[in-house]
Amino acid sequence: MDESTADRRALRQQVLLLCLKTPELDAPVIAWSFHDGSGRREPLPARSHGRPPYDDGVAALEDGWRLVQMAPAVPPPSGDEHRVAFLKHEFVFERFVPPAT
Amino acid sequence: MSTAEAPPELLSTAEMASFVARGYLRLDAVVPDDVNRAATDELEAILATWGSDARPHAPSTLQPLTDVYPEPSAVGRMLRTPRVAGALHSLVGADAVFDHDFVHRRDADDPTTQWLHADAIIDPSLAFDIQAFYFPHDVAAGEGGTRFVPGSHFRQVNEADVGRYQHVVGEEQFAGPAGTVLIFHHGLWHGAMPNQGDRARLMYKIRLNPTRPQVRLWDTGDLDEMQNGPDDHMFARFRFDSVAAVLRSTEPWYEQGTDRLELVQRARLWRYLSGDDTFDVDYYLTRIEAKAALADG
Repeated sequence: MDESTADRRALRQQVLLLCLKTPELDAPVIAWSFHDGSGRREPLPARSHGRPPYDDGVAALEDGWRLVQMAPAVPPPSGDEHRVAFLKHEFVFERFVPPAT
Repeated sequence: MSTAEAPPELLSTAEMASFVARGYLRLDAVVPDDVNRAATDELEAILATWGSDARPHAPSTLQPLTDVYPEPSAVGRMLRTPRVAGALHSLVGADAVFDHDFVHRRDADDPTTQWLHADAIIDPSLAFDIQAFYFPHDVAAGEGGTRFVPGSHFRQVNEADVGRYQHVVGEEQFAGPAGTVLIFHHGLWHGAMPNQGDRARLMYKIRLNPTRPQVRLWDTGDLDEMQNGPDDHMFARFRFDSVAAVLRSTEPWYEQGTDRLELVQRARLWRYLSGDDTFDVDYYLTRIEAKAALADG
């Protein structure tokens, strides 16, 4: 195992969930969650209360997050076209950081 | 006239429409200080004896609201405060029944954040229960006031399945004066928050069920004036003083394409409450129903 592989294996995953206002990745963030596997258990860099960590999904890409999943476009079941439930436009990002020391 | 003897102050049509749109009402400092002080002691006593025969005032599920917490209970006096009683009457009727209640206590420096959830289980009923949240003492920002997501009450989710959303743009966290009561639709997303203050935060929650259709139970003196027809249409001619004008309010966390579906949900609930099957907001229901009538012969 070379040194770079060992370094990568030492990294820990952080996961960012962004729910956007439309299916487009550059749409505004309307909800978010963050999970940190590095052991730091710190929130994302602080912004003023109530503001998401990024204005839109592209801003997360620009900050180094990698998109790993986006919500599929699924038509509503017949007869259930007007139901509202979970947020529709969900994007999952990841990045890898060194573990807390 | 004492508080307990004063008649209930029913909600206005605009207040009812706001409840339909946002899923909650906030009644600030409507409970007198003497009741708040007595209720604080009573709630602590209830919490200390919870589940035991020693608990003071232990209502049973399906007991009429009018019979629970009789005098001299301070919780009962809170429930019979004119503004509180009027709101309860307007939303679930004078013959509503007790479902359950609980005393929620958040100690100082409690760092726990509860996941977002809707209480009980998924419940798509058009008829609705209400939950009143009573804060008997001042709650400053960060002192463990309940957080909630305005406008989430029509979202069909089961209990903690919305816990995946740690933050929602536009969510609110209660902070306010003693004697404030929040009244939630049963579907509203909410959760307990950390108490960063130096004193415990006490909150009493009671769930009530209607026993008859919740039709025109509020002060309907202004309903005829505010009730709009389908001709009140945002993309044609529209009013600023109608029920539809209140129901058109949106929330910052609604998806672009879901905003109109929320209007449909609000229109359906207002049809039920007002007993008017022709009511609509911006023609969405009427348009579909008219075509369905043609195709169905």
